[in-house]
Formats: sequence, structure tokens, C-alpha cells
Amino acid sequence: MKFKSVFDIIGPVMIGPSSSHTAGAARIGKVARSLFGREPKWISISFYGSFAKTYKGHGTDVAIIGGILDFDTFDERIKSSLGIAHQSGIQITFHEEDAVTDHPNTARVKIGDDQGDLELVGVSIGGGKIEITELNGFELKLSGNHPAILIAHNDKFGAIAAVANLLAKHQINIGHMEVSRKEKGKLALMTIEVDQNIDDSVLNDISILPNILQVTKIVD
Amino acid sequence: MFRNVTELVQLAESKGIKIAEVMIQQEMEVKEKSREEVLSQMDKNLEVMEKAIEKGLAGVHSFSGLTGGDAVLLQKYIEKGQFLSGEIILDAVSKAVATNEVNAAMGTICATPTAGSAGVVPGTLFAVKNKLNPSREQMIEFLFTAGAFGFVVANNASISGAAGGCQAEVGSASGMAAAAIVEMAGGTPKQSAEAMAITLKNMLGLVCDPVAGLVEVPCVKRNAMGASNAMIAADMALAGITSRIPCDEVIDAMYKIGQNMPTALKETALGGLAATPTGKKLQEKIFGISVK
Repeated sequence: MKFKSVFDIIGPVMIGPSSSHTAGAARIGKVARSLFGREPKWISISFYGSFAKTYKGHGTDVAIIGGILDFDTFDERIKSSLGIAHQSGIQITFHEEDAVTDHPNTARVKIGDDQGDLELVGVSIGGGKIEITELNGFELKLSGNHPAILIAHNDKFGAIAAVANLLAKHQINIGHMEVSRKEKGKLALMTIEVDQNIDDSVLNDISILPNILQVTKIVD
Repeated sequence: MFRNVTELVQLAESKGIKIAEVMIQQEMEVKEKSREEVLSQMDKNLEVMEKAIEKGLAGVHSFSGLTGGDAVLLQKYIEKGQFLSGEIILDAVSKAVATNEVNAAMGTICATPTAGSAGVVPGTLFAVKNKLNPSREQMIEFLFTAGAFGFVVANNASISGAAGGCQAEVGSASGMAAAAIVEMAGGTPKQSAEAMAITLKNMLGLVCDPVAGLVEVPCVKRNAMGASNAMIAADMALAGITSRIPCDEVIDAMYKIGQNMPTALKETALGGLAATPTGKKLQEKIFGISVK
């Protein structure tokens, strides 16, 4: 079941005009920001399907930038996000793509600064609910509705078990978990959705396990 | 966890509780939250709805200039007392329009189930309130009942105009509202399901064709129609009228119709009203670009 909570239906509280094209877009932007961990210097957004056709009318552009600026769906500043980003010296480009995607409301977000960059694909599935379907080339399925840990690791035996054991030791329950890799034996990504927000100390413990390359989290 | 309307009604009937209560208990279980937490979260949503209606009835206008001010016109018309349909229906319509005008003006609203269809549930709630005099808790329950039916639609069909057309948005909202009105008026869980089925049947095939891609034309007026449809269907169900096609099958039909609907009619602004000569002219005027 894609929708688990009544507040996916009666909610979110948001700035209009469209739950999928405005609130959903803001949430996709916010997940990108949360994963990147800081304000980027440049932002490149590609819109597909209905997003590409109607993003100006729905304020999808201001919403997704608002999300990347770490604004919530109900934050009045969303309306002026492009100006706020401009004042901070953030370079922004939008692209309207013709390619047909699995879902009509799809956006590819690339953000970065001197120290690094991040690329993800977000889908707005209705009522403000979203899914992240791709992160830095890895396929995944992330709702952004629960706290989650994303772990880049070497595709070696024991890496997943070590992380699971450590979470168990800290009495953290795994709600949903996925593992994705680009190529056998190379770089892989664990996506772990949990029920509560995770302490930074736990993330530190995970990061020093063998074969773990990078640990990031999404807070609720 | 209930997966369809049949299970939802059975759960309510077997426990002898309201649909709202089934939804509240499920939410507590899924989110591991107390009753107070769940109710207070919904209370906040109710507050947002109330404020949006107030704002809309005071008069708002969107940036494009396409919508705004109609809620005010309707309220003035009601005050004159010369209306033909009914005071509660027109009140519901004006409040649904008010909410959606606020949404179009990038104001703060609560999506029910979406922003484009956010007027129907609060519009009807705050209209029947004057007749049924519910407590604050009963008004919160109204939203849980509406949410329970929307939950089924979202999981078995769609609540996205881009995926299923307007039938999935205003259609769902209208059905959710009808079911909640019935429960607030003292109807049975079964009658709520009948009201949802009757409403949604009248919304099947409704396309999503917003002019210039804006959630304004025809969205605001479709919320008006959604609210009145919900009121009529609720009265029909309360009168004892049943749907020959069961609610779950109507939802399934809506889903399949949405799949068969051309992309041009699913929130792409390429067909329907968006593609009319006036629709295209408006788009050119608003964005200053020529439209094929």
C-alpha cells in the first residue's frame, strides 16, 4: 500500500496551488537538500511529463527550489524562493524534457558546490506524496516520509549484515530496506527506512564499519 | 489495515463503531501515536481549513487574475434570499470555492486529498455544521471519515489528476465528503459507502484540463460542483437509496478509466478546456508565449 497514513489524504498543510506539482515538488527538493546536507551553490532541474508542461503555472519551480532551500510545504517563503536563492548567489537552471517517464510528474535534481554534487530523481505520486527513485545513479525507492539512512558501500559480503547488526544493537527497527548496485563487486547503496530519528553517534559507528564509504540521513 | 471499502464497513459494523473511529485506531497503530496526538494533528488541519474559508470569503485573487472573488459573490447572493437551490448547498459551494480561490492565490490550505480538490471536504463540512451543530470532536471525526474513504481510493486507484484525471481528484474529494456528511448526519457505515459510490459514479470520466496548467480554470468551479454533488448524494443515501454497483467496483472503474484517459486530458494542459481558443489565448496572455 502506497498510502499508509490518513494524513497523506487529509494533508499536507501547504502553500497552493497543487499538491502534486507544488507540495510534492517542495518535498522532492527538501529530500535533495537533506541528503546533500548543506545549501548548494548551483541547482539544475529537469522536468518531465506534466511537470515539464505546467511547472510555471503550478509554481513547481519555486516549490522545488524552496525545498532545496530547506523550506517546508507550508512555508510562505516558498513563493519568493527564486529571489531568495538569487540573493544567496545560487545559480539555477531549469530544463523541460520531452522524454517519457514511468510517472508523469517526474523531476531530476542536480545540486552541488565546490566540494561535491548530488543527483536524484523524484516522483510526485499525488496528494503531496513523493518517491525518490534514483540517487547518484542508483535505483531506489524512498518515500521521504520516514527517517532514513543511506549508506554507500563496497559490494562485499558482510557489509549489509554489519550495518543490520549495529542497528539491532542500538534497538533500531528497520521498516523498509533496499540494496542497489551499479555493477557486481563495485559500489553499492543501502537504503534503510527506520521508525525514529537516528543519533549522529549511530551514523558515526556505521561509517567506521568495514567497506562503508559514506553515510547520510534523512530526518522525518 | 483495511484494504477496501467493504473491509472498512465490515470493521465498523463488527465493532459497532463509526468509520471515523476505525481510521483513528488504524492511524494510532500505524504511527504508534496516542489518540490525543492523532486527534490534535487533525485539529490543526481543521484550523487551516477554517482559516482558508474565512480568507476566501473575505475575497482573494490569484496572480494570473483568472480566479477570485466568486465566493464573495455567492455569499452576497445567499444573503439576498432569492436563491433557487438551497441555502446549505450554496453555502457549501461558496466555501468550497473560497478554499480553492485561496489555493489558486498561493495561500495556505490543507490538501483533501489534493490541493486542486481542497475545497470540497471543508466546504461541505462548514456548511452542514450550521444544520447539524456538531461538536469540535465531531468535526474532527468528519475529516477522519473522509480520510478513510480517500485512503481506499489512493491505495486502489489514484488521487492524482496527472495519473487519473479530475475524477481522481474532485471525484475522490466529493465521494469522501459525501461519506463523511452521511456519518455526521447519523447514517450507517453502509450508507456512507453508498453515498461515496453514488457520488463517484457521477464523476467518472471527468478529465483534468487546467487552462494554462494553472489550478484555477476549471478547478475552482469543479470544487463547487463537487461540493453540491456530495450534498445531493449524501441526502440520497440517507433516504435509503443504494448504488447498484458496489463502492469498491466504482473505485476500480474510476482507476481503469483513468488509465485509458489520454495524456492530453491528464493535467498536461494540452487538451479539453486548456486547448479551446480562449484557453490558449489566456495561456498566451499569462505567460507571454505562443501556444501551438
